[in-house]
Amino acid sequence: MRSTDTGRTPRTLADHAPVIYPALMLLVFFVVPFGIMVTISFFERVPGGFYQPTFTFDNYGRFLSAFFGNVLGFSLGLSALAAVICVGLGFPFTYLLTRLARRRQILWLVFLLSVLSLSEVIVGFAWSTLLSRSAGLSNLLVAVGLLEQPESWSPGFAALLVGMCYLAFPYTVLLLYPTLVRLDRELVEAAMTMGASPLRAFFTVVVGASRNAILSGLILAFVFTLGIYLLPQLLGRPQHWTISVMITDQAIFQSNLPFGAAMALFLMLVSLSLVGLTLLLGRRRAA
Amino acid sequence: MNREAKFMIEKTKLPSKRPSRRTVSRRTLLGGLGAAAGVAAVGLPAIKTRAAEPLKVGVYGGYFQESFDKFIFPDFTAATGIEVESVAEPTGEAWLVQLEQAARAGRAPADVNMMAQTPMLKGQSTELWVPLDPAKLPHMENLLEQFVHTYPDGRIDGIGAVAWYITLVSNTDVFAEAPTSWADMWAEDKRDTLGLLALATNSFLLEITAETHFGGQDILGSEEGILEVLGKLAELKPNVKLWYRDEGQFQQALQTGEIPMGQYYHDVAGLAAAEGFPVRSTFPKEGGVNDSGSWAVTRASTMIEEAHVFIDYMCQPEIQASLSRNVGTAPTVRRDLLDLTEEEFSAVASDIPPIVPNYQMYAERGDWLEQQWIETITS
Repeated sequence: MRSTDTGRTPRTLADHAPVIYPALMLLVFFVVPFGIMVTISFFERVPGGFYQPTFTFDNYGRFLSAFFGNVLGFSLGLSALAAVICVGLGFPFTYLLTRLARRRQILWLVFLLSVLSLSEVIVGFAWSTLLSRSAGLSNLLVAVGLLEQPESWSPGFAALLVGMCYLAFPYTVLLLYPTLVRLDRELVEAAMTMGASPLRAFFTVVVGASRNAILSGLILAFVFTLGIYLLPQLLGRPQHWTISVMITDQAIFQSNLPFGAAMALFLMLVSLSLVGLTLLLGRRRAA
Repeated sequence: MNREAKFMIEKTKLPSKRPSRRTVSRRTLLGGLGAAAGVAAVGLPAIKTRAAEPLKVGVYGGYFQESFDKFIFPDFTAATGIEVESVAEPTGEAWLVQLEQAARAGRAPADVNMMAQTPMLKGQSTELWVPLDPAKLPHMENLLEQFVHTYPDGRIDGIGAVAWYITLVSNTDVFAEAPTSWADMWAEDKRDTLGLLALATNSFLLEITAETHFGGQDILGSEEGILEVLGKLAELKPNVKLWYRDEGQFQQALQTGEIPMGQYYHDVAGLAAAEGFPVRSTFPKEGGVNDSGSWAVTRASTMIEEAHVFIDYMCQPEIQASLSRNVGTAPTVRRDLLDLTEEEFSAVASDIPPIVPNYQMYAERGDWLEQQWIETITS
């Protein structure tokens, strides 16, 4: 493409050609399946059978109960908590990371990326072993004399939270990294020259300048952990089963695709509106 | 799904354990070879005259399919001249959906299918299963009665294919004495020690509770009765440490003693014990839960005759014994017909009358029951 062409709005078919392929892929592998899911969520479940194409709100109606309200509330709360923890730990971690020598930064990033190659199943099993009484970390505490006898820390709420944060942490760091690595260090130095303590400089300058990245990190961790459906089964007790677990149960074990689809859509709408609200509040505060 | 997962676990552990049960003994091998050679000679012309199309048999993918391909289908072809093509099917209801949709289009992804009991009942509503002709199934008389599946009007639509038991398992290091009754799960001293299956439809805990505390399953005939049983089951919750969907998860914890008691699959627990883990499987006095899969023929099949031959072949005591020895399933035929030794038999089954799951209840009240169940155990 000639340099004079850049910036020109595409008009001819040839101009549009480069986007046709990705657009087609997006259509086939995202829009169409999503459309099918939306459609099925309005189909009627045939008890003891499959589903038939009608138009009904029953699937959504079943969801609007105190039981599912509680499950949804718990799921959103859990994900929000996990997101806050991930960013709370991830932000200072990433900031310190960007101050290391280039080589060591790369090593850390490679390590974090390799953690992403672990599946939810492996992470879940690993943590349930690490938190077990028979082979877990509490044995170490007993060995150094901090604990009388080994304890079982899984399944439970804390175990589940740890597992979720472990999965979402690398994503949070990778999202914060570009912003923090580009942050002009002279800003911090300037703040300290003006008499701010290192801690104050960090909170007012570094955190302040990274507000958008922090917000995106929170949203990413929140949405990502909302979709986790194996860890609550492995590391949680029944009262910790999230809405994603319920969707899995419906889709896989109860063959109730209409209800599963309706729950999935409802979850998506709720999380989208929460994300929208967060962005709106963030913008208002920034303005 | 669970069943397949279980057998996958079992499979990965096969080479190191209990070779006597898993490898074909020389006697059966020689006998089998002789028989195979004999019928192969007779059966050969039959193969030639038949159309090139084989009988498609759907079996749970993974361990089951591999085992049937290895131990069952070659001998069947040798004995009858009917070629078999095994089709890997998913467990649970996904295969029922595929079969139903294919049948509407007049296609049969597999002629004979291994089906779980609830999907068997669900397939009846659309007459998906071809009624089987008892006259063409002479070996049917060998079967235990729970393995003949019928339409409400008495027509036969399924014949027991494979069966297995869920029993009370415990860690021998933690509990020196073996439990004797399912009621032991409710005991005070079992607080936070149990691992139970997480769903009504795969744990069969309603049936277990009804048999243990309500003198039988009659109480499960009404919604009020079911709620009463659920109430009794809810008393178990403080004792349950893990409600598992994935079997690997519980087996690990059982072996280490982390979760020293619970319900599990009898044959896998036996294999773990044989490998030296401190695990025992007990048939409680109320009986183990006997779940099973049936052979059923889709109405779209064009090979009904061959399907009958196959199903009848599978009802022979020798074949059932071979399945017990090589695949680890419980026999579907009466014990007196089997040449299994005491050890071989107790590795897969028991003489204590079993608890047979109330499949009708799941087919009729599925959604309602599932909602009550999830609300009970998550509250």
